[in-house]
Amino acid sequence: MTRARGRGGAEARALDDVGGAHVMSWVIAIMLFLTLLAGAAGLATARAAGSLDRQMAGRLTVQIVEGEAGRRDAAAARVLAVLRRLPDVARATPVPQAELARMLQPWLGTDAEAAGLPVPALIDVDLTSDDSGAIARVGTAVTRASPAARVDAHATWLGPVGRLLDTAAWLAGAIILLMLGATTAVVMLAARAGLEAHRGTIEVIHMLGATDRQVARLFQRRIALDAGIGAGVGGIAAAGAILLIARQVGALESELLGNLRLGAGDMGMLFLLPFAFVLLAVAAARAAVLAQMRRML
Amino acid sequence: MANIVQFENVGLRYGAGEETLCDVSFALRPGQFYFLTGASGAGKTSLLRLLYLSQRPSRGIIRLFGEDAVILPRDRLPGFRRRIGVVFQDFRLIAHLSAADNIALPLRVAGMAESEIARAVREMLAWIGLSERAGARPATLSGGEQQRVAIARAVIARPELLVADEPTGNVDPVMAERLLHLFHSLHRLGTTVVMATHDWHLMDRVPDAQHMHLERGRLVDPTVPPEPAPPPPEPRRSTIVRSGL
Repeated sequence: MTRARGRGGAEARALDDVGGAHVMSWVIAIMLFLTLLAGAAGLATARAAGSLDRQMAGRLTVQIVEGEAGRRDAAAARVLAVLRRLPDVARATPVPQAELARMLQPWLGTDAEAAGLPVPALIDVDLTSDDSGAIARVGTAVTRASPAARVDAHATWLGPVGRLLDTAAWLAGAIILLMLGATTAVVMLAARAGLEAHRGTIEVIHMLGATDRQVARLFQRRIALDAGIGAGVGGIAAAGAILLIARQVGALESELLGNLRLGAGDMGMLFLLPFAFVLLAVAAARAAVLAQMRRML
Repeated sequence: MANIVQFENVGLRYGAGEETLCDVSFALRPGQFYFLTGASGAGKTSLLRLLYLSQRPSRGIIRLFGEDAVILPRDRLPGFRRRIGVVFQDFRLIAHLSAADNIALPLRVAGMAESEIARAVREMLAWIGLSERAGARPATLSGGEQQRVAIARAVIARPELLVADEPTGNVDPVMAERLLHLFHSLHRLGTTVVMATHDWHLMDRVPDAQHMHLERGRLVDPTVPPEPAPPPPEPRRSTIVRSGL
């Protein structure tokens, strides 16, 4: 007796299409759609959080608050000269007053300085390291150069945003795990229901000498097909949704949201997710069927 | 020659009720034809279920193909089941498979190549006279045709032991004789056949068959009229296969 090379035929068709059998495809499609969205959101958020961390690390702004413009500019020049001499400072760049005026325009109008409103001078500083000692040394030196100078470390005011992004990324990871768990549970329940629906057929095949693994293979094939269809539908729908959102985020031209993008590695991980879903579904079906079969003689 | 099946003081109880089978002892020799008789509820189907390993006994010893079937590990049961052909009382054909695919199932389960399966199924369909109905679903077959498909499925893998639970119960006398002829042909090829039936007329057609008679879960000598129930029709063959054969 030679082994069959590719066996389709009746054994593969031994489980007929009972009503609602393809509900599994829809369940997988919906689960995968949500998982891919959560995955894309999580990966993009993690990337944005990383980018924000890099932006915050070792960056600070020196603010010279002086009511009289001449004294303010002189103090700003002194502070800038001190900063550029400090070994902890990699780069010190004054923010042009025109740029500052543009930033304040929504609140103070077009000519705030002419109206006698005090506008501070700002200097953006990149440090050579992000340790707190460097920030403290720069703070001391700047205050010595001008008592009107204040140092704002970016990490102080952007830290909560970074932590929020980190939390969102972890939450997305947790959602993915929950989705995978729910999918496993649904597939196992579906396999058990299928086993019950096909009890008569299974008993006959069992009595003809089929092993538990042979019976499990019948369900694996069936679940793989249903899960494959579901993964295809869910994957395509999710890809469309992700592209749409990416395009809308890109159109915002926001400095913060602009970092919400997916890299090639992220895309690769998302691309593999539908295949992982099918594998998970097949493994869950196999486990459920084998467990049920062991209860039969 | 060693017995193919041996029962020693076998008892079977479902749940907490009375024993369905009680102290059943007998032996089946290879290549013999056995009729199993008894009134409805006497335990025929239960005994057959023990024979085709669908059930383990509550007590006693069952030796099958020389091994203790009671303690046989579960993972070895499929191998034993492939050596047994079963014709169920209700056929148990798979409704959505064609007659040919139903017949082919045991060979597919055994892992035979499709080309060999196709040839074997063609031969089997010709043997049972259903070549023209190869693609028909069971629902479109008559009772007799379904019965023949069930028998073909049971015998296509050339089992060493063929167990049939009232296989002629739902067919007319002419078809019953044809089916019996199929069983007898197989028996002549060396298969041990155990056939449960009520049909004493049919038993006359197999002169070399041996008889087992069940009453209320016990194997009895059919030559001794049971009390107080009326005696069964006079058995034609007197060879009773009992314990110790």
